[in-house]
Amino acid sequence: MSALLDKETRWDALHYGRKATVPAGIRTRKGGTRYLTAAACVALSTIMLLPLLASVLASVKSTQEAAAVPPTYFPHGLSLDSYMRLWDFQAGVLTYLGNSAGAAVLTILFCLALTIPAGYALARFAIPFKEVLFITLLLGLIVPYQALLTPLFFMFVQLKLHNSLVGLAIIHTAIQLPFSVYLMRNAFEAVPRELEEAAVIDGCNSFQVLTRVCLPAIIPAVITVSLFAFITSWNEFLAALVVMNKDSAFTLPLILAAARQQTSIGGTDWGMLQAGVTISIIPCMAFYLLLQKYYVSGFLNGAIK
Amino acid sequence: MYSKRSSLTGLLYLAPALVFVAAFTIYPLAQMSWMSLNNWSLIAERKFVGLGNFVKIWNDPQFWASLEFTFKYTLLITPILMGLGLLIALLTATNSPLRRFTRAVVFAPVVIGLGASSLLWYWLFSYDFGLINRLLLDLHLIGKPIVWFGADANVAMWAVIVSIVWKVVGFGMILFVAAIQAIPSELTEASMVDGASYWQRVHKITLPLIARTILLVTLVSVIGSLLAFDQFYIMTAGQPRNLTATSVFLIYLNSFPYLKLGYGAAMSLVLAGIILICTIFQIVLTRRSHA
Repeated sequence: MSALLDKETRWDALHYGRKATVPAGIRTRKGGTRYLTAAACVALSTIMLLPLLASVLASVKSTQEAAAVPPTYFPHGLSLDSYMRLWDFQAGVLTYLGNSAGAAVLTILFCLALTIPAGYALARFAIPFKEVLFITLLLGLIVPYQALLTPLFFMFVQLKLHNSLVGLAIIHTAIQLPFSVYLMRNAFEAVPRELEEAAVIDGCNSFQVLTRVCLPAIIPAVITVSLFAFITSWNEFLAALVVMNKDSAFTLPLILAAARQQTSIGGTDWGMLQAGVTISIIPCMAFYLLLQKYYVSGFLNGAIK
Repeated sequence: MYSKRSSLTGLLYLAPALVFVAAFTIYPLAQMSWMSLNNWSLIAERKFVGLGNFVKIWNDPQFWASLEFTFKYTLLITPILMGLGLLIALLTATNSPLRRFTRAVVFAPVVIGLGASSLLWYWLFSYDFGLINRLLLDLHLIGKPIVWFGADANVAMWAVIVSIVWKVVGFGMILFVAAIQAIPSELTEASMVDGASYWQRVHKITLPLIARTILLVTLVSVIGSLLAFDQFYIMTAGQPRNLTATSVFLIYLNSFPYLKLGYGAAMSLVLAGIILICTIFQIVLTRRSHA
């Protein structure tokens, strides 16, 4: 929707920038300034990384050290105590990891199942009122899901979809749908028509054209849509808070938020809390680092969900 | 291939997504409007009250306090996010290895959860156990530890702002970098031949050419801040005295723990209306720039 940038820029914008051009900006800096900006980059990176590092370090402190006042900067010894306590916390961290992963996988499946055919239809078929239908699918961009949770909650209670991963995944899918439809439509439009025409001459029907010709060509979009669906679902907090009222149905962010008030030795169990934060950050970081190209392209393409 | 028959086939492919949006966006929207006209709870009898809920909102001091706090938070954090995002984008827009690395690092917190980052900062800002008080004490910047999440709502808000700036500054930065890199290098070169200094070039060339991106990112950021919830739920829990309860927080409180669904629905409609105004701005801007 908000195509902030033209196509070439989007692809060129980031780390994997194809062109080695020097853009309008910082060129031919003289000696001193060059070192100064380099130092600024290093300082900035350090500041941004320190909180993450602090969390990881706090998670491997011993039980006693994690509760120390004043806190230590670096752990005096390595200990997995915090992770052990997290392992057994309430229903066990595996339950909550399982819930988060389950909701995320369902969200990915729902998003793909809905938006691959939709993108295909929007890009390739002469449908009456196509633009109106397209905008209808983008409605989620105009109505924030936060405002829809009250009626959705009521609806889910009636349908017995509260405390269910399917219910939560439905809301997460609704959040991701506009972005995914937009991306899929663009992806299908970029598939060369000659490929399809050849397949039609060979006797393929439209479904075979979709699965055999188009699908292999839109794999990057499938990866991007899945990646964003995963990250949204894994991180989403408010809808989960509303829909999941049973302890055993909690996702990872919910149980951690609940744990901030749980006590071990006379206060919040800070070590366990940071162990939880570390665990919930790991998949996001891993996917970001592995699939950076897809992440950034999706980000700049859809501009903003 | 694209005959009359195909329009029916096309609709068939489009149908699942349309049905989904009808069921989980349009229908709830309609039901919310109806709910807002009723006293509506899960168990008790429903009662039609007309615009009663809206009158109640108008007279509810907590509603106005929340709205004011949400606007205040938005007004304070948006210029910080845009300014810092822009400065970092200017600093890292070229493609040297160090700058690419810096960009990747600054962007990293955008991908982690708001819940996780809020819990992380909740600990960092903790009075006794947090590293921020420890660091400020060690640097002799403060004499005694600061109670970040205590009786002073402003202190709590600034702590939240710091955490959110860390979390989302990379968002604007990436979009600004993309826009800066799209500026034709001939323009810069010509101005350099004319002897323009770096900041003159930023002022006369870079900023005007990425103005549209700045405006759009600002709007997206404003919408995000107006819908703030996670960070306040986790870090301040709306305290002290509900002074840091944002609009979404208030809707959450009324709809769920209190189960006043009709009242919650009415407030949701008001909030959706406010967001709609921002979104219309955004669409108009996007459209105009396409023309």
